[in-house]
Amino acid sequence: MKTIIFIIQKEFKQIFRDKNMLRLIFILPILQLLILSNAATFDVKNINITIVDNDQSPRSRELIQSFRASTYFKMTAPFFSEKEAIEEMQKGNTSIIINIPVHFNRDMQKEQKTNISVIINAIDAATAGVENVYVSQIINNYNKNIQTQSKSFSNTTEIAENILVIPSFWYNKTLNYKTFMVPGILVLLVTMLTLFLSSMNIVKEKELGTLEQINVTPIKKHQFIIGKLFPFWILGLVILTVGLLIAKLVFDVPMLGNILVVYLFTAVYLLLVLGIGLFISNHTNTQQQAMFIAWFFMVIFILMSGLFTPIESMPIWAQNVTLINPIRYFVEVMRMVMLKGSGFFDIVPQFAIISGYAILMNGLAVWSYKKTN
Amino acid sequence: MSIKVQNISKSYKTAKAVKNVSFEVNRGELFGLIGPDGAGKTTLFRILTTLLIANEGRASVMGFDVVKDYKAIRNSVGYMPGKFSLYQDLTVEENLTFFATIFGTTIQENYDLIKDIYIQIAPFKNRRAGALSGGMKQKLALCCALIHAPKVLFLDEPTTGVDPISRKEFWEMLKRLQQKDITILVSTPYMDEASLCDRIALIQDGQVLKIDSPENIIKNYNKIIYDVATKDTHALIHDLKNYPSQYSVNAFGEYIHYIDKESDFNTKELQKYLQNKKHINIEIKQAQITIEDVFMDL
Repeated sequence: MKTIIFIIQKEFKQIFRDKNMLRLIFILPILQLLILSNAATFDVKNINITIVDNDQSPRSRELIQSFRASTYFKMTAPFFSEKEAIEEMQKGNTSIIINIPVHFNRDMQKEQKTNISVIINAIDAATAGVENVYVSQIINNYNKNIQTQSKSFSNTTEIAENILVIPSFWYNKTLNYKTFMVPGILVLLVTMLTLFLSSMNIVKEKELGTLEQINVTPIKKHQFIIGKLFPFWILGLVILTVGLLIAKLVFDVPMLGNILVVYLFTAVYLLLVLGIGLFISNHTNTQQQAMFIAWFFMVIFILMSGLFTPIESMPIWAQNVTLINPIRYFVEVMRMVMLKGSGFFDIVPQFAIISGYAILMNGLAVWSYKKTN
Repeated sequence: MSIKVQNISKSYKTAKAVKNVSFEVNRGELFGLIGPDGAGKTTLFRILTTLLIANEGRASVMGFDVVKDYKAIRNSVGYMPGKFSLYQDLTVEENLTFFATIFGTTIQENYDLIKDIYIQIAPFKNRRAGALSGGMKQKLALCCALIHAPKVLFLDEPTTGVDPISRKEFWEMLKRLQQKDITILVSTPYMDEASLCDRIALIQDGQVLKIDSPENIIKNYNKIIYDVATKDTHALIHDLKNYPSQYSVNAFGEYIHYIDKESDFNTKELQKYLQNKKHINIEIKQAQITIEDVFMDL
């Protein structure tokens, strides 16, 4: 025990002595949290819209006015032919073209029914989808009787159906993306830092040759490993705390559930991450190699975590792959506890999986750590 | 018997690093492994300090088998690897305390043993190990290897990259440690350090070529070596190599070491030969035989 404490002391001394590293450990995650949380948004704003008004009637002007009133759209100079407007889209100056036909006013009055065409630049499919919804909403609000004839600018033609949907968003009423993103980004930062630092830590001793000196001493495997990894476990919890404070104070993310549940889960989760780090350390010879392997796994973990793309929209095989992605569970738990107010019993499945995973990974890591070659 | 190596072989993938090596080191002896880089010295050290398992053969340190009783060996030997391997970002004192603690001892407990050496680095005890000079680093590493009062000390090329004065000091320290009943196995590529050992093993390409005391090795050398020098050293080497009865020609400091095949070799004939080759300032005299000469001839 005394030996373990002493190694931990030594490890902390080394961490705090490397002033540059210390700054990186604490300042970079804070910056990332602040910047990414503000940048990674699914809202589409400032959409350039071009209206071709062939009717030039009071009613068409009224419709144009309702687009102008929306904060999402930015009106470009009007065009008088669809051909000109499409050229403008080709140049990339506009994203949506709305073509109001001749006799728009007359048809509305006489037949209570008319068509307008909407052309959307669908190079970015996700954005196009959101834009389509916005346009439909505005037109529907203006008059339920106008049938929008949507035409995607790519080859697929889609007709927006005239079904009235009244959505109600639970747990995040205003669909505030920050509430949604901040816990997720925090998870990434905690995982990334602890994984990188721990995977490079033991391999660093290998590189410097100090490991050889340590291996000749009577120090036991478990003493050395615990002593080396414990400081990073603490560091992970400290970063989590800093992140949660920022989430609360800067982004005002609701924290409905018991925060202790988050800490309990993180405590076990970090053991898993450290186990992976140690495993990488054991199978590499330089910090550079360790960094590349850690980075490789990190990219897969991030992209398949359900943070940026919903897991439900992945193909089945990819969904199965996410089952072994620890970040996926951590993101789930963070959101459940913070936004939904879940208690410990609600997260038992995730907790059990991560615990088992941690035992497995650490078992593998300790087993593959050898003092003798 | 402190160290016993019996028919040890070790290969890395395709390269055979150590081939069937055997030697014994007596208690309290200062034993040197002398050989060039890549001779297999470090591999032997790593096997004896339980870091590496040999493919064939057996070895024991203080009666403990290097494979079966590796724990006992780790408790009672000191190892100083060839590469400086202490924590560069910890201070001199912190490094020493660290190694004392993981051996379950304190600096005070074994201070007597390291006193002579530690006094020299004490003025820098708050300096980070990475900021020490080469000689100081070696002294610190030696202190760390000694802090748990080991019975056997393994020093892998301790003086490589150290200035001549520090080297001399270092060997004096080893002599003093030897008097405290510590068996020392030291390796070095410097032939001049060989004569400071009690016994040496000349090792090359993973094989032991000769084991004896340095004096005996020199005494038993049966050839006569001549120091030859002229004004044009480069041409001299060339011409000596073309001398009909030459056995070996090696550059050795300011002289060329020349050995002849014939027992009735006469320096006058060589002198005449060199004069014919238009050499001036010709100097030929019998040389002091060194370990290096013996080594070159093996």
